[in-house]
Amino acid sequence: MNSSVIPLKILKIIMAKHNSGTAISIQGLKKSFGANPVIWDLNLELKWGKFLALFGTNGSGKTTLLKILASQIQADSGQIIISGYDQAKNPRAIRRNIGVVGHQHYLYDDLTCAENLQFYGRLYNLSQISKRINSVLSRVDLEQYSGWKVRSLSHGMQKRLALGRAILHEPAILLLDEPEGGLDQRSLGILHDISSEWTSSMRSIIMTTHNHDLGNRWSDNIGILSNGILRTD
Amino acid sequence: MNSIIHPLLIIIWKDILLEIRSKDTIISVLVFGALLAIVFNFALNINPRQISEIAAGIIWVSFAFSAILIMNRTFVREQEQGSLDGLLLSPISRDVIFLSKVLVSFLFMITIEAILLPLFAAMLNINNFSWILLATMVLTTLGFATVGTLFSFMAVKTRSREIMLPVLFFPIILPVIIGAIEASRGSFGIGYEPSWNRWLPLIAIFDALFLVICPWIFSYLVEE
Repeated sequence: MNSSVIPLKILKIIMAKHNSGTAISIQGLKKSFGANPVIWDLNLELKWGKFLALFGTNGSGKTTLLKILASQIQADSGQIIISGYDQAKNPRAIRRNIGVVGHQHYLYDDLTCAENLQFYGRLYNLSQISKRINSVLSRVDLEQYSGWKVRSLSHGMQKRLALGRAILHEPAILLLDEPEGGLDQRSLGILHDISSEWTSSMRSIIMTTHNHDLGNRWSDNIGILSNGILRTD
Repeated sequence: MNSIIHPLLIIIWKDILLEIRSKDTIISVLVFGALLAIVFNFALNINPRQISEIAAGIIWVSFAFSAILIMNRTFVREQEQGSLDGLLLSPISRDVIFLSKVLVSFLFMITIEAILLPLFAAMLNINNFSWILLATMVLTTLGFATVGTLFSFMAVKTRSREIMLPVLFFPIILPVIIGAIEASRGSFGIGYEPSWNRWLPLIAIFDALFLVICPWIFSYLVEE
């Protein structure tokens, strides 16, 4: 497992800057699609270093919530503060501070694993990109597939690479949307190692899942989304 | 400034690399353009006197249809692989994403036009080219790419995207196509008054308007 010295340093700067122990704060969030309300008056506080597992039936709004947090879709109303930044005022700063693993892998099939990571690394204006790429590929156990095109990887390997893409810029917060789907035990172990590394270095994770056993074992907090309302423990 | 140029070049590099690897746009559009040239040549059976009247129209209609094919692909690859969300999740301005797509489309279109033009010239017996034609091609193609990129993004979100794009694109771009035909007519035609000094500024004004309005609409649509 790689050292977490740099992330901790980054996190301390973020926390000192914003003087806040809260990674994510949501107040009165509402979202409807047409006449159908999906999220209704949702409030949430996630502390730094905590792992929140979100459960809920299909269509309960788990993915919608993560997409709103990732600023992929806009909420109808409510206030969202992530890493001390107000999402309405500074979405680009938030995007720099989050890593997202979604249902799709956000990778280019005709680029190799290394080229995909290089592309995103350059978009994030990262320093020492080659070193980071090697480190990330090693963490997701794809080092020997560095020169392989994404289209020639298995589904599980693509998901691992998607995880690698999400952690490449060492974000303070990870948003994982059912990341365990299609992963074998070894890949689940890699996902668990990375999430443990994230929370032990005082960074935070929200993960949606239908796997109650896995969610209960990995997380510090549990949330259940039902009828647009979030209940947390 | 570096925060715009740097990501702009990265996205352009990525799109060119993907096109070099897949070759699924340039080759098919070239074949389509060449077929159009052949069809027009045989269908119209043009005599030398008619060339000056209709050559510019044939060429610009062909370029516009070829442009549609290129623009249909602009966001399709991103949409199919879900990588558009990956782009939108990165900490770069939406304007940069839009402008990079405009420039990539522009590069692809101008390359196709540069290859097809000699073919049309050979078939239509055109042998007088000038800098006016070059300026018309650059300005008109920039207009095509700007408007086309916006409508390509709108169309890719719909079920009937192949139909939606031309339906949205042609009414808006019509003044630019008319301007391009009129400006290049003087270039090809014998006995035509050079009218580029009226039409080229008009195309440039449309381009400037599109380059201001389209990125703003794109940013709004992306957020929605």
